[in-house]
Amino acid sequence: MKNFLEKHFSKLWLALVYLFLYLPLIFMIVFSFNSTRQDAEFTGFSLRWYEALTRDTKIVEGFWLSLKVATVSGLLSALLGTFSAFVLVRYRRFGGRTIFSGMVNAPLVMPEVVIGLSLLLLMVGAQNFLGWPQRGMLTIIFGHTLLGMAYAMVVVQSRLLEVNRSIEEAAMDLGARPHQVFFLITLPNIFQAILAAFLLSFTLSFDDVVIAEFLSGPGVNTLPQVIFGYARRGINPTIYAAATLLIATVTMVIVGYSVWVARQTRQREREIAAATRAELTALGVI
Amino acid sequence: MAASTLPMPGKRFVIGVPYVWLIVFFFLPFLILLYISFVDMGNDINPFKPIWDSQTGLLKLKYENYWSIFRSGEGGPMFQTLYVEAYLRSLWYALCTALLCLAVGYPFAYFIARSSPSVRPALLMMVMLPFWTSFLLRVYAWKGILADQGVLNRALMALGFTSEPIQLLYTDVSMLVGMTYVYLPFMVLPLYANLVKMDFRLLEAAHDLGASPFKAFWLVTVPLSRAGIIAGFMLVFIPSVGEFVIPSLLGGPENIMIGRVVWDEMFTSNNWPRATALAVVMIALIVVPLAIYYHHTGDAAEAAK
Repeated sequence: MKNFLEKHFSKLWLALVYLFLYLPLIFMIVFSFNSTRQDAEFTGFSLRWYEALTRDTKIVEGFWLSLKVATVSGLLSALLGTFSAFVLVRYRRFGGRTIFSGMVNAPLVMPEVVIGLSLLLLMVGAQNFLGWPQRGMLTIIFGHTLLGMAYAMVVVQSRLLEVNRSIEEAAMDLGARPHQVFFLITLPNIFQAILAAFLLSFTLSFDDVVIAEFLSGPGVNTLPQVIFGYARRGINPTIYAAATLLIATVTMVIVGYSVWVARQTRQREREIAAATRAELTALGVI
Repeated sequence: MAASTLPMPGKRFVIGVPYVWLIVFFFLPFLILLYISFVDMGNDINPFKPIWDSQTGLLKLKYENYWSIFRSGEGGPMFQTLYVEAYLRSLWYALCTALLCLAVGYPFAYFIARSSPSVRPALLMMVMLPFWTSFLLRVYAWKGILADQGVLNRALMALGFTSEPIQLLYTDVSMLVGMTYVYLPFMVLPLYANLVKMDFRLLEAAHDLGASPFKAFWLVTVPLSRAGIIAGFMLVFIPSVGEFVIPSLLGGPENIMIGRVVWDEMFTSNNWPRATALAVVMIALIVVPLAIYYHHTGDAAEAAK
């Protein structure tokens, strides 16, 4: 009786929570194909909102701006995050280490409103003293990179902690130069984490509206800013069409990425097996 | 053993680049924030006055910006201002969100952790997938679902639960639904990571020794997952306090949270000193729970020794 209850209750709970998580996505996909500007009743299948999407210059321009901002800040975040992870994992002792680790981690817990506000004050100050930078794409990139590198650091750091140092030491004992050790052993070992860090900071940037609202100049609007503007006004199924395309893209990227990881893992296992076999054959065991 | 795999100039470069970046884009802005919170409000061209008195050359710190947060008007009662209300409201909603996430997420994470290892990656991936699609769009969709003429109200009417639409949107209900929805993965993932490591044989042992399932859960599972509960709670609670987007899309007009207040002081009232003072107090509010958290995790680390 107990097992029966637990089994079914657990399945029911899982199903309900997954329904909760996916309800908005299903809702947007369904109503992006609706023939009228209706939010509750499906009146017929139509692609008119997708057609409206291609003509909506604000959304299209916002998309390209977001893509540029997210790519640049994603790359910068991955780079600075990797550097920071190295500093925290490998350089245990140097002046100002406590301050450094505090500063890297702080954006993880600071409200975005505070980050946006303080960066805006910096940009206004710099504009007054140096005449640069003008608020716009560049300032949004700065803001998103500050946020993204904190997350990138966490991702790379956890991988770097798992790296087996003895392999690096063995390479050095065998006469490899430090940069050879880094590029031939350390980097390949943590490359997947750096890629994940890039994807994470890319997504954070592509999703952020608060920091962008503080740091963007007049006429410069990222996609989330455009959506935020529309969302406050009322129903607009064009947004659902954009959402559906985004959901499709993300699903394909994630499924593709996991297939790639699975294939890589399998390939590595095959190579290890082949190498072991070859060695055993050479030793005359097999 | 070599302290690093890089030669000295490389080491300086690797430390220097992120260090300089953080000083320019994190430390300096924070100093400016602090500075403006202690000066007088200016005019349209210069939103704040310099901290040096130009006649006497003396430093004058203005605490007025902070006092005005807590004191209403001349001689008015302390701690009954709109600002204090907004802070308390933000803390209250953050607490409700964290508790709701815990109530929904704990059984959820527990059942995933107890499912067979072959389906676990897929179940976890399904938690993460919505997380990778725009959170703004997902919150926006809740507007359509919860509207008076929305899908949920129509379903409730069709099922005969109610004869006319219930006001859900722009209430506490819609806001808490949105907050719980967005922050649920932040609760589930640390809880799962903690629960999956648990030795479930301990539950069997408790059962063999005569504990009821509920008693075993309460006396064995919950204490063992304390670290996961605290981590999940903090991961939800801290960002919830400063949440800006969800309240402005789903919350009622009277439920203004502190993030919104900072924004309005900055851009509507143009009162930069007050906006920055409000932001500084907001950081202080977050530092306190964090300090408690680190104190607790420190305890846990001590206990594990």
